[in-house]
Amino acid sequence: MAVVEKADRAPAPSVPTRGRTGRAPRERGAGRPAVLLIPALLLVAVFFAYPLATMLWRAFTEPDTGFGNFTWFFTTDANIDVLVRTFTTALWVTVVALLLSYPYAYAMTAAGPRGRTVLTLLVLVPFWTSLMVRTFAWVVILQDTGVLNKTLDLVGLGPVHLIRSQTGVVIGMVQLLMPFMVLPLYAVMSGIDRRYVQAARSLGARPLTAFAGVYLPLTLPGVAAGSLMVFVSALGFYITPALLGSPDDALISQQIVTQVNGLLQWGRGGAMGVVLLGMTLALLVLVALATRRTGKKVSL
Amino acid sequence: MKGRVALWAFCGLVGVWLVAPVLIVVPLSFTDKPSLVFPPTGWSTRWYENFFGDPRWTDAFVNSIKVGLLVTLTATVLGTLAALGLTRARLRGLPLAQGALLSPMIVPGVVFAIGTYALFLKMQLVGTLLGFVVAHTVLALPFVMIPVTASLSGFDRRLEQAAAVLGAGRLTTFRTVTLPMVAPGVVSGALFAFVTSFDEVVVSLFIQSPYLQTLPVQMYSSVTRDTDPTIAAAATMIVTLTTAIVLAATLLTARRSRAR
Repeated sequence: MAVVEKADRAPAPSVPTRGRTGRAPRERGAGRPAVLLIPALLLVAVFFAYPLATMLWRAFTEPDTGFGNFTWFFTTDANIDVLVRTFTTALWVTVVALLLSYPYAYAMTAAGPRGRTVLTLLVLVPFWTSLMVRTFAWVVILQDTGVLNKTLDLVGLGPVHLIRSQTGVVIGMVQLLMPFMVLPLYAVMSGIDRRYVQAARSLGARPLTAFAGVYLPLTLPGVAAGSLMVFVSALGFYITPALLGSPDDALISQQIVTQVNGLLQWGRGGAMGVVLLGMTLALLVLVALATRRTGKKVSL
Repeated sequence: MKGRVALWAFCGLVGVWLVAPVLIVVPLSFTDKPSLVFPPTGWSTRWYENFFGDPRWTDAFVNSIKVGLLVTLTATVLGTLAALGLTRARLRGLPLAQGALLSPMIVPGVVFAIGTYALFLKMQLVGTLLGFVVAHTVLALPFVMIPVTASLSGFDRRLEQAAAVLGAGRLTTFRTVTLPMVAPGVVSGALFAFVTSFDEVVVSLFIQSPYLQTLPVQMYSSVTRDTDPTIAAAATMIVTLTTAIVLAATLLTARRSRAR
């Protein structure tokens, strides 16, 4: 929600800082209102930046100074497994979310005003529903005697073991992250001139060719922005994998908690936190670049 | 034509899947059986009675409301001031300040949580009301700043100048001109701040103590511990409350953009 909203509601020009020359204007007292920023900045400095800096510091100094914790992280097979599992889970979530969102976003552009409102409301429901409520609901739905298994049983497909498995985690996470995929896709798709596709068709392209040769390439910026957003958010998930996944299939967030809370290994936990944070920030820079290159705001 | 039908059927299925959790939780809270079997075979309100009769749940609920209201207050005041500073000041480095204030939105929850936990252990803030309020305020700030900045940037500064020319002092100008104009942004920011705090789980799990827990924390331990539909009753109440608040915030935002 966060980043979509950021792009949506706080466009960059809202911060008029410098003139066209790139120099700060020199009128007197121009910087005075900046005083109003001080309380918020203080709070964020003490209770956000400082703890993160401490975590970083401990990652390099506990128990010994140096890269010991990072060497440990990248040379322990179990940790590499966790890292790979985190990546594959996030990748699965991204792929499934994309496959579900692409036709859905297309339907949003094809629908009439009322249909579009309904589809938009439906995709925003996960935003409104508290994380704990949703995760609890998925526990109920996915459990071995749950709704889904009963339904699958009726049609002769079940029962399938869903909870405490990676499948369960993916199902729960995709539902949560769908809006991050649908909204950028819709933003890009709604700006595409349909006549391009019609032109291709009238020149003899078959529907599939027209789609693959004309429509799909035009939507790629949306695909890139949405996929990166979903992937990066999925990397840091904690509650959903902790409740829907198996403890044997822990993701990096759960592993960080185990190190810090269970084993009191602040240095190692911090190092894993640094790895997670680093990956997140690197991917977010990619998101920013992908969004900027299209010269389009990702918004509804 | 066949393609259209298929597309709509697909969207229907996806839609059901998106709202399924809510559709399951509400009926489940009215079941008469002490198990999480869906669909319920009989109906009762006993899980709501259970909720309000169990101090673990009621305390958590009261704590959540208390923390939420305090966070709303602090985040709205600090966030509105910061938004004013960001839109009004002309200084280098402002984008940096804005980035710093918005960054809590993008840092993974667990990373922020262990950092906060370490700090709170040192400052003895674990399990305190102050600790919850401070940690949640950091997370809620961006959700206040974004709508307030948006309404400030669409705001005609000449109105304030007009008030000043007509003899209003700076405080009077702020109270009678600026504030009413940005009020919808401030109110929707306040509502989002409350919801952010009310729903927060990850950090809360770390900074809670047996003596001070919030509703999501109590839900988390209940999911992992027992299979008692009281949690469904709690979930239904949370859904009702947050939906009402978010709807109010969305309507306010919609009215604001129409008014422009």
